[in-house]
Amino acid sequence: MTLTMFIQHFFNALTLGSLYALIAIGYTMVYGILRLINFAHGDVFMLGAYFIFYTGTIFHLPWIVGVILAIILTSFCGVIVERAAYRPLRDAPRISALISSIGVSFFIENLAIVVFTGIPKPVVRPDWLVKIIQIRGVRILPLAIAVPIMCFVLVAGLLFIVYKTKPGLAMRAISKDIETTRLMGVSVNKIISLTFGLGSALAAAGGIMWALRYPQIQPLMGLIPGLKAFIAAVLGGIGSIQGAVVGGLLLGFIEIMIVAFFPGLSGYKDAFAFILLIVILLIKPTGLMGEKIEEKV
Amino acid sequence: MLKVEGLHVYYGGIHAVKGINIEVPRGKIVTLIGANGAGKSSTIRAVSGLLKQTKGTISYNGNGENRNILGLSPENIVRRGIVMCPEGRRILPHLTVFENLMLGAYTRNDKKAIKKDLDWVYDLFPRMKERTWQKGGTLSGGEQQMLAVGRAIMSAPEVIMLDEPSLGLAPLLVKEVFDIIGQINAEGKTVLLVEQNAYAALKIADYAYVLEVGNIVLEGPGKELLEDQRVKEAYLGG
Repeated sequence: MTLTMFIQHFFNALTLGSLYALIAIGYTMVYGILRLINFAHGDVFMLGAYFIFYTGTIFHLPWIVGVILAIILTSFCGVIVERAAYRPLRDAPRISALISSIGVSFFIENLAIVVFTGIPKPVVRPDWLVKIIQIRGVRILPLAIAVPIMCFVLVAGLLFIVYKTKPGLAMRAISKDIETTRLMGVSVNKIISLTFGLGSALAAAGGIMWALRYPQIQPLMGLIPGLKAFIAAVLGGIGSIQGAVVGGLLLGFIEIMIVAFFPGLSGYKDAFAFILLIVILLIKPTGLMGEKIEEKV
Repeated sequence: MLKVEGLHVYYGGIHAVKGINIEVPRGKIVTLIGANGAGKSSTIRAVSGLLKQTKGTISYNGNGENRNILGLSPENIVRRGIVMCPEGRRILPHLTVFENLMLGAYTRNDKKAIKKDLDWVYDLFPRMKERTWQKGGTLSGGEQQMLAVGRAIMSAPEVIMLDEPSLGLAPLLVKEVFDIIGQINAEGKTVLLVEQNAYAALKIADYAYVLEVGNIVLEGPGKELLEDQRVKEAYLGG
């Protein structure tokens, strides 16, 4: 393999990995607070992609306006999902909420098939993102650079909210002890809504950028990226935002590099992700950066 | 300041508190003592809004209003100036001492006033100042209790409720914790204290209630109960 080819693969991996990371953060945040795997998260991601499609093709909004609108609409959907499907089950056994999330996932997918139809739709991409540029023989799409940068900015913003603001403090507190956090005057419901809103906003950003990279969208497009991002979250250590980022990037690199170095195995690239999940669960169930806290009583 | 009337608390089929009356006057220390399961914790957990299956009234005269607070959510009650320091300290082990204290001040926005209370907390507990950036989980049991009390103070309460602050602490630390409670009270905070350590609690309390299986069986000024034969036999080891 030549160096130029490797660099191209590297950027592909970086793009894919940062998209996984963005989606994985949604899983990890919700798990961190509610100990719930939100299986509908991949479908929320799909909604983000459809919203950007409709703002462009039906309402003819400028692309950047569409992006903002799609993100807002998607986080709103995420908040509604929590309200309708998880909040009533807050005190129920955890398995109930898990089953509810699978139900929501099926519901969103099928509703999407009815509303958006099952026919794949082509997404219009701004020219400046898809005009190939050539640097010293390396042919690269601007979006392969823009996507990782955008992801970095979004993750930095999220980390700022989680570690430097009051709602972020409340989020981190809730993840350990809901009752005590309430006793300190935190409205837990508001913070949980915020968590779903933020997670869904990142998923929407992921969906929009996914649609830039794979410009054909269809109602089940969230299924595989959703599962992969879930694997990334487990790989990095579910509950940890930094872990989700590391897990996402790692998974992206593993996938792309396997195909790059062993083209014969490219048909199995999805299988590798799932094998990785099984191995992680067997060897280190807390993931690479999973939290292990010693508590004094 | 706080007047509990005919309070009942149920847990499923269990009737934990059976229509008790308690009065907590402004600026005083009132204590509830009794054995395990007497209903002490249930009473203050009901006041703090954590329990749903309750009956009766809890009138609160503070924060410029006079109303029944039973049935309000915990976050609402904290905003009105009643804070609870829960049993077992319940500090957040993964957050720093500073973050734990700031969580206590969650309902407040006045930065200056928060800073003033923070200085007060550091004054009361110099060790918290030394350990500002340490994770709560790395503190010793006694330090965690102090952090829990400090965190409660940070909400700028009018009434501070403490659930078993001496639990699991060495005698010397127990004394320290009770000294602090005295100091907090001297600064004008009303205290409602739940304790199994009857001796320590009665010594600092202005007024005390003795609970047994959900009923008040005895009440009176702390000093008087210390001398009471029945209290001596049941709670002070003869």
